Amino acid sequence: MNHDLSLSGTAHVPVLRLGDVLLITLQGDLHDGTAEQLQQDIAEQIVRNRVTGVVIDISGVEIVDSFLGRVLAEIAASSRLLAARTVVAGMRPAVAITLVELGLSLPGLRTALNTEAALELLAMTTPGGPRREPR
Amino acid sequence: MSGTVAGVEARLPIRSDLDLVWVRQHVRQAAAALGFGLVDQTKLVTAASELARNTLVYGGGGEMAAEHVCDGRAQGLRLTFRDQGPGIADPERALSDGYTSGGGLGLGLGGARRLVHEFSLDSTPGVGTTVAVTSWAARPPRQREEPR
Ligand SMILES: Nc1ncnc2c1ncn2[C@@H]1O[C@H](COP(=O)(O)OP(=O)(O)O)[C@@H](O)[C@H]1O
Ligand SMILES: [Mg+2]
Repeated sequence: MNHDLSLSGTAHVPVLRLGDVLLITLQGDLHDGTAEQLQQDIAEQIVRNRVTGVVIDISGVEIVDSFLGRVLAEIAASSRLLAARTVVAGMRPAVAITLVELGLSLPGLRTALNTEAALELLAMTTPGGPRREPR
Repeated sequence: MSGTVAGVEARLPIRSDLDLVWVRQHVRQAAAALGFGLVDQTKLVTAASELARNTLVYGGGGEMAAEHVCDGRAQGLRLTFRDQGPGIADPERALSDGYTSGGGLGLGLGGARRLVHEFSLDSTPGVGTTVAVTSWAARPPRQREEPR
């Protein structure tokens, strides 16, 4: 297990820009404070960089509880208000099984099996293309 | 009956969101040491994360005790979350999905109960709250208890 214990309450998760998409890779065990900070950082970067998509890679995340689940849903909701679409990529099978039993179905959250598929999904639904409204 | 697998028994304080990280890591390691499979580890860690956050947010802080329990050949992990907070006046309502007195999703208590084999909630208003959960590696030793 490689948990990053150096993360402090207000640590920033690196947000990478790939063309008009922001790519965020979550790793290990996230502090509540770090997750909330991420929500703010993503919203600011969407506006600053005028991106139209956000990909959050959670393949390195071992658990998603209702707190992190809510943060992911809120990131997707605030991104949508800023005209960007969010795709959560790479959820581990054990996490998916657990989320269903927890009762968190995360409606409105788009998912893809990995980052590549997430980028394809965003490319398919760019404005002007065959865009599908979530929900 | 208590067992003796190294790295399982512990009492951890729950006073900050950094403590939630330690709780999750301890439960993950203890469950792995007791032979829990990956999905069962993930379920128990997720339940522990929900209960520890409740201890912190609603209970005003407290602690988690982890114990190794055995029943015949079955290896189990019991986690007890205790606080001396305001308590829960209506446990039935608190356990129902979607009920929150804070800004949560209201899935922590009900979800945690679904994610473990045994669940008990003991709360006295003005005195505090104790939630104890047990899960077993592989298979529960007896018939799975019906949730209250
Ligand atoms: N340790 C506790 N002490 C006091 N109240 C609690 C405790 N744990 C849970 N509760 C109450 O039960 C409600 C439901 O908890 P939960 O299902 O975890 O949802 P959430 O955390 O999203 O509010 C809480 O909003 C709170 O009112
Ligand atoms: Mg909760």
